[in-house]
Amino acid sequence: MFIIKSLNYKDILQIRNVEIHTGKVTTLFGESGSGKSTLLKLLNRLISPDQGTLLYENKPIGEFDPVLLRREVVMLSQAPAIFEGSVRDNLLIGLKFSEKESVTDNKLLKILKEMKLKKGLDDEADKLSGGEKQRIALARVLLMEAKAYLIDEPTSALDEDTEKRVMDYFIEHSKAKSKTIVMVTHSREIAQRYSDQILDMKNINQKRSLSV
Amino acid sequence: MNDMLDITFWQLLSAYVFIVILLVIVRWRKIPREKEILIASIRMTLQLVLVGYLLTYVFENVHVVYSIAILVVMEVFAVHNIFSRSKLALSRELKKVIALSMVTGTLVTIIYFDFIVIHFSPWYDPRYLIPIAGMIIGNSMTGITLGVSSLVEGFKSNKHLVESALMLGATPNVASKKIVNHAFDSAILPTINSMVGMGIVFLPGMMTGVILSGASPLDAIKYQIAIMLGVTGSVSLTVILFLYFGYKTFFNKEAQMKN
Repeated sequence: MFIIKSLNYKDILQIRNVEIHTGKVTTLFGESGSGKSTLLKLLNRLISPDQGTLLYENKPIGEFDPVLLRREVVMLSQAPAIFEGSVRDNLLIGLKFSEKESVTDNKLLKILKEMKLKKGLDDEADKLSGGEKQRIALARVLLMEAKAYLIDEPTSALDEDTEKRVMDYFIEHSKAKSKTIVMVTHSREIAQRYSDQILDMKNINQKRSLSV
Repeated sequence: MNDMLDITFWQLLSAYVFIVILLVIVRWRKIPREKEILIASIRMTLQLVLVGYLLTYVFENVHVVYSIAILVVMEVFAVHNIFSRSKLALSRELKKVIALSMVTGTLVTIIYFDFIVIHFSPWYDPRYLIPIAGMIIGNSMTGITLGVSSLVEGFKSNKHLVESALMLGATPNVASKKIVNHAFDSAILPTINSMVGMGIVFLPGMMTGVILSGASPLDAIKYQIAIMLGVTGSVSLTVILFLYFGYKTFFNKEAQMKN
């Protein structure tokens, strides 16, 4: 789905050759500051490389309309974004932003349950805890039924048990629909449990090894 | 219309006693503002004396070039004032948008006033054009200043939400909708509030002037109503233009947030 060749971004990333496969779970693994989130943003075209090739479905990513691309390759940021309004508003806002069709309350309730969230749809989203916000944000992108999900530390605020259950659901659901997933984590366990391919930033990012 | 009492030089001088009182209070309370108060009173006096002579000359020698020159000076001063009053750094592009929307919005309103609402002739008659343009430009300047700080501040403090909306496939327009609407609201609120208080809380300067010069209060309010509507129109127009083009300066061609 993505092919990266001799790519440079500021003094953060220098990647010689990386391929991310369609329908697979690829994990970017590495410590903080190793450029994982920056790489995700490049794939979502939230930033653009200074040099090098970045292909999406075998075409330079710059040839796609950035907004339409982001609707296919949805990204979940590390700090969950909670917008003004209720839990329902926050779950639906991804569909609204990407101009996709809305879904019924039933579907929302089902996904809340899968995310182990005991909250009502009319509850104020701002009052939720960090872990709850994280799951709302994850459920939000899942509802968007995109081709690919770029998820940045989606479960960092969750306890181990909840983390496992939520991720199990997310991965299972996505794999069943052959979605591509690129996930950032610094947990080796998560990386090993779900990945088809693990990219260790230490190995793929030349910049990093130079600066240390 | 010349039955207004004359203020003699000594009478005018006696009014400066208020500044003296202020200076005494400030010194007594040890508030370090004496310099500013002095400078402000001197500037006010000098500027008004100059304007008095300038307007006398322009009124006696009505000429299209004079009227337009004064209009240009007012616009330039207003735009400059918006830039200098912003506490946050403004990008070059944003400054361009400010200047363009300020000039376009106020000129459209002034022209509408000139040819339709009051329709004075010649169209450049400084006795009408200058005070009306002054009020329209001045109020629009205040409106845009508020809109600018709200917009810049909004993008600064909501950067994460805007960026998250982009990540989810929102267009820059949709991603910044909240910020833009809030900026519009804070820019026009003072104008709306002043309409509410008009005539009860205060008599606006223009109306006071018209009444003092001997016109009937009923004529005075007609001008005041017209001006108030014009001001509201101009503030809305300049602020809408500013926001419509201004939010775009925070994004690049690839629908990414700048820095």
